[in-house]
Amino acid sequence: MIPSAFEYVAPTTVEEAVQALAEAGEDAKVLGGGQSLVPVLRLRLAAPTAIIDLSRISELRGVREDGDAIVIGAMTTHHDVLNDPLVAQHAELLAAATRTVGDPQIRHRGTFGGALVHADPAGDLLAPAVAMDAEMVIAGPDGRRTVPASEFFTTLFTTAVGADEVLVEIRVPKKTGWGAHYEKFNRVAQAWSIVAVAATVRTEGGSIAEARVALTNMGATPIRATAVEEALVGQQAGAESIRAAAQHAAEGTSPMSDGNADADYREHLARVLTGRAVATAAGVGG
Amino acid sequence: MTRINVMVDGVSYVDDVEPRTLLVHYLREKLGKTGTLVGCDTSNCGACTVHLDGRSVKSCSVLAVQVDGSEITTIEGLARDGVLHPMQQAFHDNHALQCGFCTPGMIMQAIDLLGDNPDPDDHAVREGLEGNLCRCTGYQNIVRAVLDAAKKMQPGAHSDTAQQPSTVAGGGN
Amino acid sequence: MTATAEPTAAEFGKARKRKEDARLITGRTRYTDNMSLPGMLHMAVVRSPLAAATITAINTEPAKKLPGVLGVYTAADLDAEGIGLPCAWPITPDMKSPQAPPLATSTVHFAGEGVAVVVARDAASAEDASEAVEVDYDELDPVLDMEAALADGATLVHPDLETNRNALWVFDSGEAGSGSSFDEARSAAESDGVVVKRRFRQQRLIPAFMEPRSCVVDPTGEQLTMWSATQVPHILKTMAALTLGLPEHKIRVIAPDVGGGFGGKLQVTPEEVLALLVARKLNKPVKWTETRSESLLSAHHGRDQIQDITVAAKKDGTVTGLKVELLADMGAYLRLVTPGIPILGAFMYPAIYKIPAYHFACTNVFTNKTPTDAYRGAGRPEATFAIERMMDELAAELGVEPLEIRERNWIKHEEFPYTTVATLTYDSGNYEAATAKARELFDYDGLRAEQRRRRESGDPVQLGIGISTFTEMCGLAPSRVLGSLSYGAGGWEHASIRMLPTGKVEVVTGVSPHGQGHETAWSQIVADQLGVGFDDVEVLHGDTQISHKGLDTYGSRSLAVGGIAVVKAVDKVIEKARKIAAHMLEASEDDIEFEHGKFSVKGTDQGTTIQDIALAVFAAHDLPDGVEPSLDSDATYDPENFSYPHGTHLCAAEVDTETGWVKIRDYVCVDDVGTVVNPLIVDGQVHGGLAQGIAQALFEEAVYDEGGTLTTGTLADYLVPSAADLPHFTTGRTETPATSNPLGVKGVGEAGTIASTPAVVNAIVDAVRHEGINDIEMPCSPQRVWRAVHAARGEAKSTSQHTTETAAGGGLGSMDAQSADNADTAGGAR
Repeated sequence: MIPSAFEYVAPTTVEEAVQALAEAGEDAKVLGGGQSLVPVLRLRLAAPTAIIDLSRISELRGVREDGDAIVIGAMTTHHDVLNDPLVAQHAELLAAATRTVGDPQIRHRGTFGGALVHADPAGDLLAPAVAMDAEMVIAGPDGRRTVPASEFFTTLFTTAVGADEVLVEIRVPKKTGWGAHYEKFNRVAQAWSIVAVAATVRTEGGSIAEARVALTNMGATPIRATAVEEALVGQQAGAESIRAAAQHAAEGTSPMSDGNADADYREHLARVLTGRAVATAAGVGG
Repeated sequence: MTRINVMVDGVSYVDDVEPRTLLVHYLREKLGKTGTLVGCDTSNCGACTVHLDGRSVKSCSVLAVQVDGSEITTIEGLARDGVLHPMQQAFHDNHALQCGFCTPGMIMQAIDLLGDNPDPDDHAVREGLEGNLCRCTGYQNIVRAVLDAAKKMQPGAHSDTAQQPSTVAGGGN
Repeated sequence: MTATAEPTAAEFGKARKRKEDARLITGRTRYTDNMSLPGMLHMAVVRSPLAAATITAINTEPAKKLPGVLGVYTAADLDAEGIGLPCAWPITPDMKSPQAPPLATSTVHFAGEGVAVVVARDAASAEDASEAVEVDYDELDPVLDMEAALADGATLVHPDLETNRNALWVFDSGEAGSGSSFDEARSAAESDGVVVKRRFRQQRLIPAFMEPRSCVVDPTGEQLTMWSATQVPHILKTMAALTLGLPEHKIRVIAPDVGGGFGGKLQVTPEEVLALLVARKLNKPVKWTETRSESLLSAHHGRDQIQDITVAAKKDGTVTGLKVELLADMGAYLRLVTPGIPILGAFMYPAIYKIPAYHFACTNVFTNKTPTDAYRGAGRPEATFAIERMMDELAAELGVEPLEIRERNWIKHEEFPYTTVATLTYDSGNYEAATAKARELFDYDGLRAEQRRRRESGDPVQLGIGISTFTEMCGLAPSRVLGSLSYGAGGWEHASIRMLPTGKVEVVTGVSPHGQGHETAWSQIVADQLGVGFDDVEVLHGDTQISHKGLDTYGSRSLAVGGIAVVKAVDKVIEKARKIAAHMLEASEDDIEFEHGKFSVKGTDQGTTIQDIALAVFAAHDLPDGVEPSLDSDATYDPENFSYPHGTHLCAAEVDTETGWVKIRDYVCVDDVGTVVNPLIVDGQVHGGLAQGIAQALFEEAVYDEGGTLTTGTLADYLVPSAADLPHFTTGRTETPATSNPLGVKGVGEAGTIASTPAVVNAIVDAVRHEGINDIEMPCSPQRVWRAVHAARGEAKSTSQHTTETAAGGGLGSMDAQSADNADTAGGAR
């Protein structure tokens, strides 16, 4: 299939991109890595009049250190996130989830920022962003603003990024030395997550000192499993205590039913997978 | 129409393309590189896999306008002076193809896979090929071929396979 | 004379690397969509989004005005309203058959049916224009459920047929005289034995060949030429002539490189007919290539049956009777062999077992879904699944080890040839040998011990062992048998041998490969039979101008029928050459011996080669009186019997009872496909077959929503497994030659698919049988497996099981339900 015709603009700076968006009007779309957008265009599920391609904006790519955070350019590919030493050192959870995104070819093109702004509730990078309290830096006609991950995802396929804005970078607070695991459950390797759990924990002397857990595809947006986190903190890092804490995983979720899974099954999976994710993150066997 | 400069299989092209033209359609229809195939419309099948600046991509999810200034290798650019690339040879030696439709994409991805991991095990090969569908072989002989090629391509697998200098550092495309 | 390769004595059984590969691994391919002709136009099909609707208006004007558009046509515009796509298999004299137009006329009968076509200068313009065609529909109630479709007062898919029942096809061994009465067997079992009844669902599948279908029609030459991604160029040619009233000798069909078929390209498609009509109307070459979503939506589907199976047995496990009642979904129309697909299975339910009484009844049903037709195995996977699942169920019922119960019932190797209750005569087989070998490769006893350990320890991950001891009938088919089943054609195959002056050989075959490797295997056969070099043989196929006669490739028939035709043609070449050799060697014909390409005079060192004779025949200076100057020969071979590959497949599956996840840990199969021409190719066929059979068990299903919309219309939703989703297979072989043909071959194209599905499901059920579970519907998705365990344990459900379907995230299909504007408002993703 072939997309409908559109105008193509490839700005080289963020300011040019914002300008181009303003000029192109509301039927424009921003092209990141294109790994969801191009298939959507091919299927003609969308027919924008203009495409603003961010791939020529070099400042949007790469990972840098900034105090107690690492800052990831929105157009950094999944492949580059995976191979970045700062990510490996300070954001193991993000690396673990990124490893499960799409397939190798898709990871070569697809971008971190693109995946976040696409905001597919089954996307694998939303929950880690929420779990790690990432902050999104957004550029628009009035300059830049920062939105915390907890407020970034507003509903299905919708984020705080306005029609005249672009996501510039993602600030991820360092979780140096934390254990992490992304437990993904899908039917075949190519399929999207039915449910997945992002967990990262800091242990101290055999106890869980801090825990961050978030769920993929348990609602219209990624959901932080705060009840699980609270139940974990201060507990011995053991199979039983983790399993008990994981029983809270479905609290506050509103999973949907589709051809792969009904809501009650998703709730069940959330509990089981949370237990597994946290156990692995905490280095607890079994 | 937008003008692009692109190097494909070692030959430089300057063309005007419609922005909506997919890279795979540019390769097939404008350049006659019909060795690269289209098997789906959702970027699941991987039949259209080519190397863009040294990295495997699905050419059905890249716009032709986006590859301006880039270098592309397709299945047709692998053999040199009539000598098959070791991965092509391994696919033949191990009966890793039947109808052949997935083969160009499968070979291109397999080469990329070994670039990242020159000594993979069975599991790593399967994971590395998860973006390429085959309906004929059950994958068993494809996995066998990739492991065979890995053995034969060591050492220096990556330099042998990525014809163009990689520009991935700093973000790829 | 040019040098010829040294003939090798034993090409047979040699793991020759394929001749076909050279072009396929370098991208020098000739798939239909690669083709481009001067002035070629592109056709796109406008399809109905509704399953059942009356077309109230079609406005083609906006589309016609778009740049690059040469024409927009409805059925009326093409005079296509009276055309009916062919169905070649009227299974009963009173079969109900709707007219199947290439484009819907007043009513659409399935979502995806074409309603108009657009022709434009390029594919993009054609696609743009197809979106601009305005069609108004009055929606009708779709018929989607087979049982509801048969109920009194049901809405009718085709009101003019006055029923949704296409046909009822019955076989009864009591009436046929091939066995006793099932009812009596059941009565006896009810009083002193056991009766086991189960209902199985064969879900709807999609062949999902990798190459989307494509055709190019060039009407500008002397003959009308059609290139098509088809398994059946010969059938397509004849059917195109019959369907459109074209003179058959003015049509040439070419199947160039074809990217897989699996039955899915055994068809005369609406689009092929439309491309012919449009090309002739415009007198320009026209190409149509489908998108993947079009393929999934509108190319024929497979399977889709409900199977009610009853087995009667003695307490010792001896099966005394088998009853099979099927509902088979035809979809909205009958395609080429749609109604006969379940009937191909009718003969296989008794399988490898000695069953004295058998009753089979299949009711074919119309629904407002995509038509079904052949998909790898076609009828036989369904039969094998049912009987192999039932053997496990019977074993469980009686507390007998499932391998033992099979052994108790199967035909012993010394009992061949054996005529079954379904009237087939199995020529050969050795189920004991295949099973013994499989057991050994599998470590059956070790895995059973592990299974016991896991049960005892209450491991959340349970282990199950699944068995499938299968046979199939293939090598379609003896023409007389097809005639008795009212099939519209014979089952013979044709081959010819052309001896070239330089001693090289051209082999023309009537079968039409699309991935199987016939060029290699036929070269091996000819090299051995004719005593020439493997590389001196060229195999020609797939072009009706070159291969003028043939019945193409399906039903694992190529080797067992087409390969034998090659052998017969070679025999004729040798007999012709023998006369000439005798003349050249000045000896009596009776004294000429032929071996490894050499003719020699008995008891002397005098001799000549087939190549020398070919040259002498070319010169024709000195041939015996009355002998034509040609060694070329052809043969048309009609098999006397089907062939019966068999084997034992064993699957070990781990079932995570906490999530329902199934992991195939070990898969061992020992197949007996008779004599093996090329073990590399045989293994490849088995691997691919296994993948498809396992995919039916675990992953694939074409799903329609309650409105009749296919919800698995992209490869993001229809789950074709990747390498990461499939296990390594351990394959082994026993070789019991077929006695029905001179090579002893049986065919291997469908064995893996037929055998593997029940092996996997048996393994899953075996893993959780102790929970009180005796079936899980296919595909055995994690949710289905978990629900079975959950229900068996009587655990309370937290919310209702079947809530209204709403879109969760993931998959491009799900985006459909969202506002497209919300999708990807910024930044590409994944």
